[in-house]
Amino acid sequence: MRKIWWKILCIVIIFYVIIMGFIGPVPRLPIINESIRNTYFHVALWFAMTILLFTSMIYSIRYLSKGRIGDDDIASEIAKSGIFFGVLGCLTGSVWANFTWGDPWPNDPKLNGAAVGILIYMAYLLLRSSFEDEQRRARISSVYNIFAFAVFIPIIYILPRLTDSLHPGSGGNSTFGSYDIDNDIRKVLYPAVIGYILLGLWVAELRIRIKRIRRFHEEELIKTGRL
Amino acid sequence: MNEIKTLIWKEVTLEWRQKYALSGMLLYVVSTVFVCYLSFNLRRNQLTPIVWNTLFWIILLFTAVNAIAKSFSQERHGRLLYYYNLCSPQAIIISKIIYNSLVMAVLSGLGFIFYAFVMGNPIQDNGLFSICILLASIGFASVLTLIAGIASKADNSATLMAVLSFPIILPMLLMTIRLAKNALDGLDWSVSTDEITTLLSIDLIVITLSYLLFPYLWRS
Repeated sequence: MRKIWWKILCIVIIFYVIIMGFIGPVPRLPIINESIRNTYFHVALWFAMTILLFTSMIYSIRYLSKGRIGDDDIASEIAKSGIFFGVLGCLTGSVWANFTWGDPWPNDPKLNGAAVGILIYMAYLLLRSSFEDEQRRARISSVYNIFAFAVFIPIIYILPRLTDSLHPGSGGNSTFGSYDIDNDIRKVLYPAVIGYILLGLWVAELRIRIKRIRRFHEEELIKTGRL
Repeated sequence: MNEIKTLIWKEVTLEWRQKYALSGMLLYVVSTVFVCYLSFNLRRNQLTPIVWNTLFWIILLFTAVNAIAKSFSQERHGRLLYYYNLCSPQAIIISKIIYNSLVMAVLSGLGFIFYAFVMGNPIQDNGLFSICILLASIGFASVLTLIAGIASKADNSATLMAVLSFPIILPMLLMTIRLAKNALDGLDWSVSTDEITTLLSIDLIVITLSYLLFPYLWRS
């Protein structure tokens, strides 16, 4: 029962986001209309994903510098919840695009970049599964994880800005901050990002604990087998 | 510096002694180009500059993946250990990157000549296009060398090489294709500075990362 407060906080925030997201006041804008509520889900999911993947990279760096296998477990599980959010972000974005741009998958550099980014992390999971030896897997996939994040950021945040994109912040469109994001939206968007990050960490934490238990169990088996 | 020079020289002599590797890659480019030529044979007038361009870079992409995939797997395990005892990992990765860039430049140059020979040459600005080929060779080589190092540690390295490298190389490929399109259209060089700087900065990021990360990779 230790440190349960952040889980409660996570649940409270998620409920707050869902309720306020659907019935709270939002600015009325042409074309976007009510679909602006998707900001709380789509945009926040992407932010949460980026932060989770960044955390995962930090743990990979930590693994490489300290060599503790636990860090690699954390890195991989956080990356997995990051990918999960990425897929959700794509789906919510697809719904949004369908209603505002008239196409579930418009040929937009940011969308394609997002798809490539998810492919990169899928490749990370594939790489992980192709090793038997634990230390070797941890070391090599940490190297790839760092490399992947360094390429991932330009793909979704820098390159689309250089070309024309439908998303805000690219091709002469105004960026997000100067966009008409008013205080009503801010009041839900920022908690939403925090809530999703907590949720992602929670999922990752459960999986990390399962991994640890399994490893402990295996070691016990090995010990008793020797005895 | 001296170490790197020696290592590059070693790669070159090694390649020269077993000529089949390089000539195999050359034959690979030539036959791929020829297959494309024959496939487009009847509709050559429909080959717009955009298709011409895209096809060329995709051929080069596959060539690069195949040529560089062997850069770690061709040498025996024991010999790799021997190198790792003799020199620093940084020297090894930098020499491999430089050597692979050279190989890629040669392969893509010759590939381009043959491609232009059979498929026609719609390029208006040859200077910019050769810069483009050069930048792409350096870029492909630097990304793929580290990935080849990663993939060679796994068992099914051929599949892994493609899966790991394609998404990572994609931004570079897109930038290159756009730069090459500018060269095809004969636009002024000032239009392309954006692409050139982006390509150079991606190269820089990738080479720095390879330099920093390779020491962790080779120990395993």
